[in-house]
Amino acid sequence: MGTLPNREEKLSLDTFIRGLWEENPVFVMLLGMCPVLAVTNSTMNAIAMGVATTFVLVASSTLISLLRSWIPKQVRIASYIVIIATFVTVVDYAIQAISLDLYNALGAFIQLIVANCVILGRAEAYASKQRLHTTLINSLGMGAGFTLALLSLGTVREVLGSGTLLGIQIMPENFEPWVVMILPPGGFFVLGAWLLLFAWLKQRRERRLLEQEGASNAG
Amino acid sequence: MSDQQLASTTPQTPGFRMIRTLGAIAMLSGLLVVLVFQYTKPIIAENQRIAIEKAVLTVVPGASRRVDILLGENGMAVPGGDNGANEKVYVAFDDEGQLKGVALASGAQGYQDIVKLLYGYDPECSCIRGIKILKMTETPGLGDKIAFDPAFLNNFEALDAGLNATGDALAHAIVAVKSGKKHNAWEVDSISGATISSVAVAKALDRSMQRMAPLIQRYKVELMRAGR
Repeated sequence: MGTLPNREEKLSLDTFIRGLWEENPVFVMLLGMCPVLAVTNSTMNAIAMGVATTFVLVASSTLISLLRSWIPKQVRIASYIVIIATFVTVVDYAIQAISLDLYNALGAFIQLIVANCVILGRAEAYASKQRLHTTLINSLGMGAGFTLALLSLGTVREVLGSGTLLGIQIMPENFEPWVVMILPPGGFFVLGAWLLLFAWLKQRRERRLLEQEGASNAG
Repeated sequence: MSDQQLASTTPQTPGFRMIRTLGAIAMLSGLLVVLVFQYTKPIIAENQRIAIEKAVLTVVPGASRRVDILLGENGMAVPGGDNGANEKVYVAFDDEGQLKGVALASGAQGYQDIVKLLYGYDPECSCIRGIKILKMTETPGLGDKIAFDPAFLNNFEALDAGLNATGDALAHAIVAVKSGKKHNAWEVDSISGATISSVAVAKALDRSMQRMAPLIQRYKVELMRAGR
């Protein structure tokens, strides 16, 4: 049903890697900033949030890809939201069953995965147009990229803000933790620093490519 | 093909197709949620029971089991009867069935939101034996120290909650004092930099104790019997 303006993608390694690097949902597309800033004050929270989001992303994208020829385009967003909300509820119960402490630490952000634009964005831009196996691999890559981004923030913030990593003391005894790092502003600082690093890496690569082209043209 | 031709050849989606799709997806979702809910319900209930059990046994030292009781102005709630007993108390006993203390839940407004805590009251010494923060959103690194700062928790190893001469209220209100200024057994030494959170803990204890300590003392014998 409906029009498929984009060609169906052929499965390749790039289908997975893209979400991790070139199109990283956090560092490149700047999507889903709310959980990225809010629950990355410790490594454990970051891992739990990343895994929960990845599960919802993969499960909903797969189902949407499976049903893509069957959902009329007028009601597609409503269908996507219902599917996403279902899997979020499943995750919500699962985390409560696994650990109440973890559930209390993540607070409302589990339910808020419903509104995570990484997931709806994947559903609309990819899963609704691509075949099942490419969707599965692509959403796994995106989920891994999202988790990686949460982890990069979570580890830095926990080490600087509490002097621990996964609850284990790793900084020297006389290290005075930077409380600001586990408060909301710390999230912005660390995110800004990572974005700066990624932008710098990208610029450097582009400059190199230009130089190489110039050299080959001259030669 | 021109746009006009395209529009006329593309059939409109009939309404019933949309209803069918949405209905089927909603049913599928409902089924999945119910399945997961049914499966996790006992596990979640068990987790919550363990969490309460653990909290009760931490705030009442030496206890090994607990009995949940409703207590009110006219004594304990009797099954089937209504005597206005509405305060839930967790009565904790040791292995020999000796009353070790009573755990009570309370709460007060903290820096950002309500601080909810469980504390253990020992009717023998008329004092508070321990607290455990159940829920809070205090500032990490400052206010959240009320949950684990050893010096602060030391306040509650034997915090005086003795009754006044008439036995209807505390002799001294439980109050938080500035860090390092604790002189009396009913005062709570605040954490420096976390005064509001410390005051919230003291307020929660005071509010609950003013009402519950007289009741517990009055019905002590009945509570002891509940362990049999």
